[in-house]
Amino acid sequence: MKMMTAIIKPFKLDDVREALQQIGINGMTVEEVKGYGRQKGHTELYRGAEYTVEFQPKVKIQIGISDHQVDAAIEAVCNAASTGKIGDGKIFIAPLEQSIRIRTGETGEEAL
Amino acid sequence: MRALTGIWRGKARWLIALMAVSAGASAEEISAADTAWILTSTALVLFMTIPGLSLFYAGLVRVKNVLSVLMQCFALTCLMSVMWFAVGYTIAFGSEGVEQGKYIGDFGNLFFGAITKDSVKGTIPASLFAIYQMTFAIITPALIAGAFAERMRFSAMLIFSVLWLLAVYSPICHWVWGGGWLGAMGLQDFAGGTVVHISAAVAALVAALVMGPRRGFGTVAMPPHNLTLTVAGAGMLWVGWFGFNAGSALAANGTAAMAMLVTHLSAACGALAWMTMEWVRHGKPSVLGIVTGMVAGLGTITPASGSVGPAAAIVIGLSAGVICYFATNFLKNALKVDDSLDVFPVHGVGGVLGTLLVGVFASTQLGVFSGNGFSTAAGIENMGGQLTVQAIGVVATFVYTAVATFIILKVVDMMVGLRVDGDAETQGLDLVLHDERGYNL
Repeated sequence: MKMMTAIIKPFKLDDVREALQQIGINGMTVEEVKGYGRQKGHTELYRGAEYTVEFQPKVKIQIGISDHQVDAAIEAVCNAASTGKIGDGKIFIAPLEQSIRIRTGETGEEAL
Repeated sequence: MRALTGIWRGKARWLIALMAVSAGASAEEISAADTAWILTSTALVLFMTIPGLSLFYAGLVRVKNVLSVLMQCFALTCLMSVMWFAVGYTIAFGSEGVEQGKYIGDFGNLFFGAITKDSVKGTIPASLFAIYQMTFAIITPALIAGAFAERMRFSAMLIFSVLWLLAVYSPICHWVWGGGWLGAMGLQDFAGGTVVHISAAVAALVAALVMGPRRGFGTVAMPPHNLTLTVAGAGMLWVGWFGFNAGSALAANGTAAMAMLVTHLSAACGALAWMTMEWVRHGKPSVLGIVTGMVAGLGTITPASGSVGPAAAIVIGLSAGVICYFATNFLKNALKVDDSLDVFPVHGVGGVLGTLLVGVFASTQLGVFSGNGFSTAAGIENMGGQLTVQAIGVVATFVYTAVATFIILKVVDMMVGLRVDGDAETQGLDLVLHDERGYNL
């Protein structure tokens, strides 16, 4: 099992959700986050007072997936979240030791 | 001898005629039209402070201080009303039928003692005049609150404002409008360039200097927390200003209507000018910029609104937008003064500019830019004479306000301390001073 974390542009969330659903991934957890990478912040100006806002608003998606889904999931997210412009985001894949469905007590891939 | 008697007889006839006129004046009747308009104007000017100015300021501070600013404006509205009733009004205007001193009014109207249902001032009830002027005595101290926002102790703010109303606003109001020395010199200040805007703005600047900047000023970002509130408040200020300027005619007549027209044009031009300055210099027109330009245009036309025509109002508005824009940048970025909500560069610079420009645009010799004439009753015949008196008004207001405000601030600092402590400032005044938060979303 893998834990997939994708940081994407906020307005791409619906496209990404649809793309993942089409390859059979039917659940996700989403957070609104802020950060920066190559895409730097912007400046704001209020009556001559200039402020640099370093962090960009992004959406972070976390999904637990089985090993055989990894490549398809990466492809789906990449296609759906891409605009070709700087700041499209990143995908991180990490090993996932265990998963448990709280209601039934199922574990492992059954619980994804 | 016969010739002398003849002259005396001539003089006597003139004197008798004059007495008849003044007897007629003392029995002047109330005009229903004038009364209706000033009743309306009174409501409009109160509306400028609550909620107009309150919202305008509230949106500009950080989220942790939004209630503290609303509270300051609201509490000032209540407290200044009572102080005006008790002492302020009589210092400013004294009582009817009493010769007024040059510097303060007589004390015949302590606790509105000489005002009854039937007393008359001009063509309106004296009670109406008193409450109309009360709304000015409310908004002027409230304007100052923008300079010390986000760091002043609430109790200190209340004590400061009471002392300031009685020692600064009321006397200056007397000098200009209450029969005092500036009015007698022929100073043209129709609705409060000196009395309201310069006095409030100089007090704001002194307060900002005495109290020092907010923690982190210049290094920590302090963007406005809710500009939609600010824009809503700005719109209310614009509407309310009609009562402020056109109401200052104290009558429903051509002067009032022209004051409303020039007020509106100046607001529009001030807004456009500021917007354009930002667009040219920074690449984008900002919402805060356009509404700030509007306030600059309104503040600047205020002293001139009874003296100038519409073409002059365009010039006054445009110059207000440009000059106040540069003043704001200069004060903040070059002088590093934390006049938190830019009271001085907008109201002070605008007030000075407008008061001086009256000396130019009151002239009847400027073609389409002509105004209503110089103060001939005070012996002023030309532009140089009027400009001199206007400059004296500006300097006198500036210097007196600066000195008196400085002393008051030092006294209040000794009594209760002006600033909250550093931790309280970091946590925010809403929680520390009022045990509340502005938004529980």
